[in-house]
Amino acid sequence: MYQVHLKDVSLINMKKISGAEAIIRCLISEDVDVLFGYPGGAIMPVYDELYKFQKDINHILVRHEQGATHAAQGYARSSGKVGVAIATSGPGATNLVTGIADAQIDSTPMVCITGQVASYLLGSDAFQETDIIGISTPVTKWNYQITKASEISEIISKAFFIARTGRPGPVLIDITKDAQFDMIENFEYKKCENIRSYSPIPPINKSTISDAGKLINESKKPLIVWGQGVILGNAESEFKDFVEKTGIPAAWTILGVSAISTNHKLNVGMVGMHGNYGPNVLTNDCDLLIAIGMRFDDRVTGDLKTYAKQAQIIHFEIDPAEVDKNVKVDIAVIGDVKQTLKEILPHVNKSSHNSWVRKFRELNKIEFDKVIDKEYNKQSGGLSMAEVIKSINENTEGNSILVTDVGQHQMIACRYMNFNKSKSNITSGGLGTMGFALPAALGAKIGDPGREVIAVIGDGGFQMTIQELGTIFQTSYSVKIVILNNEYLGMVRQWQQLFFDKRYASTEMTNPDFVTIAKGYFIESKRVSHRKELNSSIKQMLSHDGPYLLEVCVEKEENVFPMIPSGSSVSDIRLE
Amino acid sequence: MKKTTYTISIYTENNVGLLNRVSAIFLKRHINIVSITSSESEIPDIFRFVIVVNISKEQVVKVVKQIEKQIEVISVFYHTDKQTIFLETALYKVKSSSLFEEKQIQNMIKDSRANIVTVKPDYFVIEKTGWRLETEDLYQKLKPYGLLQFVRSGRISVSKKSMDISRILNSK
Ligand SMILES: Cc1ncc(C[n+]2csc(CCOP(=O)(O)OP(=O)(O)O)c2C)c(N)n1
Ligand SMILES: [Mg+2]
Repeated sequence: MYQVHLKDVSLINMKKISGAEAIIRCLISEDVDVLFGYPGGAIMPVYDELYKFQKDINHILVRHEQGATHAAQGYARSSGKVGVAIATSGPGATNLVTGIADAQIDSTPMVCITGQVASYLLGSDAFQETDIIGISTPVTKWNYQITKASEISEIISKAFFIARTGRPGPVLIDITKDAQFDMIENFEYKKCENIRSYSPIPPINKSTISDAGKLINESKKPLIVWGQGVILGNAESEFKDFVEKTGIPAAWTILGVSAISTNHKLNVGMVGMHGNYGPNVLTNDCDLLIAIGMRFDDRVTGDLKTYAKQAQIIHFEIDPAEVDKNVKVDIAVIGDVKQTLKEILPHVNKSSHNSWVRKFRELNKIEFDKVIDKEYNKQSGGLSMAEVIKSINENTEGNSILVTDVGQHQMIACRYMNFNKSKSNITSGGLGTMGFALPAALGAKIGDPGREVIAVIGDGGFQMTIQELGTIFQTSYSVKIVILNNEYLGMVRQWQQLFFDKRYASTEMTNPDFVTIAKGYFIESKRVSHRKELNSSIKQMLSHDGPYLLEVCVEKEENVFPMIPSGSSVSDIRLE
Repeated sequence: MKKTTYTISIYTENNVGLLNRVSAIFLKRHINIVSITSSESEIPDIFRFVIVVNISKEQVVKVVKQIEKQIEVISVFYHTDKQTIFLETALYKVKSSSLFEEKQIQNMIKDSRANIVTVKPDYFVIEKTGWRLETEDLYQKLKPYGLLQFVRSGRISVSKKSMDISRILNSK
């Protein structure tokens, strides 16, 4: 078997190599050690090179290209590196679109490589020709079609630079088949370090720092709301220092969670539609709202006309286009959050806001009595989703990575899971893509193999990318899959119950036997429907060496509360 | 919200997909593009799009930030009509017979300071460069005589204040 080894790299300047080989060498130079993909006609030259380079790059054969993007996202979010997905032209490329859109809205660094028909066929409606550049333009940070082998090196280095820097995002590179076949002389790869039309990190305006510091020092009832920007910016420790020095209560968006640990004394819970009672209600009572690396998504703000109107607002943000987009702010501290948080620290007084923090605790206690205690500490009746998370908490001590799909189980899992480490919650936030979790969990495991990865998935979403069980089986990565089976598209059913007079239009599902399906893929599996078996089953799952699927039959018509009905004010959050 | 006419000038790297990317930003927000032109700018290899829209101040600020965010966009400026010098060109194709039979047409051309660019046996073409009001005025006047074709260009404009694109480029 013909195999190339990395040490040959120095020799390549002397001989001609194909565009396809150049692509692989570019990826290796970008420290890519895993690709998620699916082959086909227009990308075959690259796959041929992957065969030769299999010692250097691990190609994970997914079962659907959507799975490749979600796996790449999971990989990126657990490792902090750029995830790479690869597919053929036409249907292969269009199958990537959902994952690309997801990565765009959740700022996940990803590079997608697609094959394309030969350049002389472009525009002729050739077999499997599709305008993936046109299709992906609105959902990519950047995209580019390569038609000449000589462009490969420069464009791929740009792709990684753009995906990774500033506010990260997905980049798609479409490469015609002739460009993969063509030979190039004197291949050279230089990492891109600068693009003149692109400023990934806007310069900091020092006066915004001191002005923000002043406002913070004067405020009596400040509230921090942080998002994923803290994690993407590797600013966890600067953030913790800021929170602890100022003594300001801090609430998280669903993508921000795990930047500081769940049980930190100033962590007051989640904001948004299914967030906690305290931070939502007090958003409309604080005198200063400090938003850090978040973008005022409508699921966070509810009705904008009544959102934090009484408060002054400071926004720490890397992307100037996010400033004043949804919520008008008083001070925008634009820049890299790791830097801005570091710079503001000397401007803020050491302080504590004990009675103000207590208010959050008091309101959250109301939520505890009305909602949490009943489901988290449930003693009788059908199993609740919350007690499954409780059992996971008790057996993992906040050290595992949680990957969730979309729906009720997602909200419950993110609300109740304990986190001690950053990059521990991987979910589809902005796009709410059902089918995300299973492939993303595989990617997350590969991105950080030392950590336990637990996917919590609904019975509906599981069936959207169920075929990735095949990928998990073939690669035998130890992913733990927990299906919370309520035999409903639960979140939609909840809305039907609350807002459509219980007309359950097409939300009840007759499901297959998930345990048998797992068996078909030779994945260990078990079903549990009784409380007394729950904890031992979770233990069994966690102690199993290898992938495992646990189906938990939960109460069918449970609802997620608290809830801000869409279009309502955050302070009109309902507890029942 | 009060709507105003804004001229948005976008300096870009020459990239084939960029027009698509930029127009998608307007499309997504249901903003109607009044006119659009694109050409190489005063700096070699740097292109300039001029897009005219009628939107609120708040909207223009948001849209400009979204455009600025695109990788190949170097810089974006927006101006109100007061801040720019702008023109459009219109071409009017009229039956030749009317030029000789209808005396008023010649006066109209003279009065509105338009030019005749071509005269053929069966038609002639008038060109008028000016503000929208002026090209529109001539259009209304010529219409009764049977316009065979009428076409108006997008707006081209220069700002009164400098758009210091070279300095921006050098600082990057
Ligand atoms: C691809 C996709 N299609 C549709 C939806 C709309 N949707 C949101 S939640 C949900 C129900 C999810 O059901 P399930 O996976 O069983 O989770 P549960 O809510 O029951 O926990 C649906 C259909 C979506 N988010 N994504
Ligand atoms: Mg369900």
